Amino acid sequence: MDTSVDNGSITRSDTPLRVINSKTPEAIVKTTQRIRRSFRQIRTENVFKRTLVIMGIIMVLLVLGILLTLIVQSLPSIKALGPKYLWGRVWDPVQDIYGAWPFLLGTLLSSFLALLISIPFSIAVAIFLGEYYPKGWLPDLLKNTVELIAAVPSVIYGFWGLAVLVPIVRNMESHIGVEPIGVGIFSSSLILAIMIIPYAASLGRSMIQMVPSPLKEGAYALGATRWEVIRSVILPYTKSGLFAGILLSLGRALGETMAVTMVIGNTSIIPKSIFAPGNTMASVIANEFTEADKSVYLSALIELGLVLFLVTVVINMIGKKIIDRFTNE
Amino acid sequence: MKLNSFKFKTSLAAGALFAILSVSMVSCGGGGGSTSGSDSTASANSDDNTLIGAGSSFDNPLFSKVFSEYNKTNGLKVNYQSVGSGAGISQLTNKTVDFGASDAPMNGKQDSALSAPALHIPITAGAVVLSYNLPEVKDTLSLSPAVLADIFLGKITKWNDPKIAAINKTAKLPATAILIAHRSDGSGTSNIFTTYLSKVSEEWSTKVGKGSSVNWPVGLGGKGNEGVAGLVKQTPGAIGYIELAYAIQNSMAYAKMQNKAGNFITPSIASVTAAANITIPPDSKVSLTNTDAADGYPISGFSWILVYKEQKYNNRSQERAAKLLKLISWVIHDGQQFSGALNYAPLSPAAVAVGDAILKSATFDGKPILQ
Repeated sequence: MDTSVDNGSITRSDTPLRVINSKTPEAIVKTTQRIRRSFRQIRTENVFKRTLVIMGIIMVLLVLGILLTLIVQSLPSIKALGPKYLWGRVWDPVQDIYGAWPFLLGTLLSSFLALLISIPFSIAVAIFLGEYYPKGWLPDLLKNTVELIAAVPSVIYGFWGLAVLVPIVRNMESHIGVEPIGVGIFSSSLILAIMIIPYAASLGRSMIQMVPSPLKEGAYALGATRWEVIRSVILPYTKSGLFAGILLSLGRALGETMAVTMVIGNTSIIPKSIFAPGNTMASVIANEFTEADKSVYLSALIELGLVLFLVTVVINMIGKKIIDRFTNE
Repeated sequence: MKLNSFKFKTSLAAGALFAILSVSMVSCGGGGGSTSGSDSTASANSDDNTLIGAGSSFDNPLFSKVFSEYNKTNGLKVNYQSVGSGAGISQLTNKTVDFGASDAPMNGKQDSALSAPALHIPITAGAVVLSYNLPEVKDTLSLSPAVLADIFLGKITKWNDPKIAAINKTAKLPATAILIAHRSDGSGTSNIFTTYLSKVSEEWSTKVGKGSSVNWPVGLGGKGNEGVAGLVKQTPGAIGYIELAYAIQNSMAYAKMQNKAGNFITPSIASVTAAANITIPPDSKVSLTNTDAADGYPISGFSWILVYKEQKYNNRSQERAAKLLKLISWVIHDGQQFSGALNYAPLSPAAVAVGDAILKSATFDGKPILQ
């Protein structure tokens, strides 16, 4: 019965069974117990391993399932609109003309701008917490605060952005001579930058803490200053980790919806500068999905989701390539 | 033997784990469209004391009030999901709700998606007002249809434009740039507003058209009434369209509109009801924008409850159908007393009469339900 159920994984214990035949009864009892225990250990090991594999497969299936759903649901729009959808500049639900270009541009512009703004902060926080002051009340406070940033719901950032940040940006815009609107790609990038700092900062901090002490001590022993140790030991050693953190925060920025839609201005006109209002793919989907009353319209919105999915995949793949190059050096 | 029992235990544990996992995944999957999942069972099951509706968020405050009042006297529960008109229509199409509610009559495509004809019953009326932020201007601003269309087309860009000044002779208009705020989310409010603009402006009709989402030639989008109101409040020189009820509750400045008869009308509950006092077609699918009523506010619109004409579907009982129709009938008669306090315009007598006739045309298995 055993063998029929256990597809072979337990039969490893055949050999010890043959060995015990030549021993005293007490020894046999003891050995049998030991064998039972090792049976159990092997069994647990098998079950555990299988669970891990199944969990992994479920994750992959989920992602593939989402991709498949997006593709199937956007088929009507792909058929009706063709590849022109990607670079079409007009989004007009009334006349069934759909072009994703303004939103693609808005998504990439706001996300990369946010990344640019956030990198100095997140790297600084990571170095401060990872190397300069790993312990103490101030670093603890800073660490918890940074982690709290990630825990705050995005709608709160949106409200804060609209109520506080937008008037400040408007004021600034009137001084530098752009049309003082306040809302726009720049405002949404600022909000996004704040929201994504913790991702790169936390990962960077743990990476920096993992730099082996002998390396750093060696550098110090050679008379290097702290800055020199950071520049020539820590940063080269951790750059792939830091980059992975930045990639993670970029992914967050690309998909953020609520906070962005509240401050970006939501217009489908192609942005002329970073201060102009725009729109992102995620925000268009969130805004228009509930009232999309035509099948092509709905499908065009889902195709927007597909494009966003693919953009994220492509950026991640490029990022992986860069990380690989870093680590191979 | 021990071995066997152990194996049994682990396989049981693994099985339980999977059961939990699959249940949690199913419930997660339901989370996105939770409403549809639970509804299909709810409308098919025998709990005939709970009706399910979905649709317009504009109707939601009124519905909460009237349904709770109705519950006090009749004990009938109504579960209304304020998911938006479009989503309400699609839930009705999927037969997962007893009724839908929409701020716009169903269009041809939506109609053809239905498996059976649906009835539109006017339930209340609302208005869309033009709110503006001009701290320097003390008088209430007046707007004519042509000026409004030109502003939203981006042809009038300054507040002291001669065209605006010509209809606001007493007001001292500043040279501020006009900033337009519109809804970014698809909404019935946008639909009423763009329907109005399409009626009064040939250029708007050909260049932009009407719909719950349109391609705005100029301006910024705000999410929801609060988003548009926020943009208007924050930006000097801004103008945006919002629901009358929202503008009243937040004491925002709003403009008088010139109606078809040439009168400048302040938007109010009375002027919206007046706009609806026209000849209403038997199917009630009429836009209240730019009506002939001399004292009516021109940017008004009905909101409708949508039900299937033939109420026998999905194993529904006749009792359930009768309860639904009685509820709607109560809302368009007795329920109207609650609308004023919530800044909804009560239905005009003409609209109630048409609503009654439509309700009587509903059938169960071919036989009329209400006498």
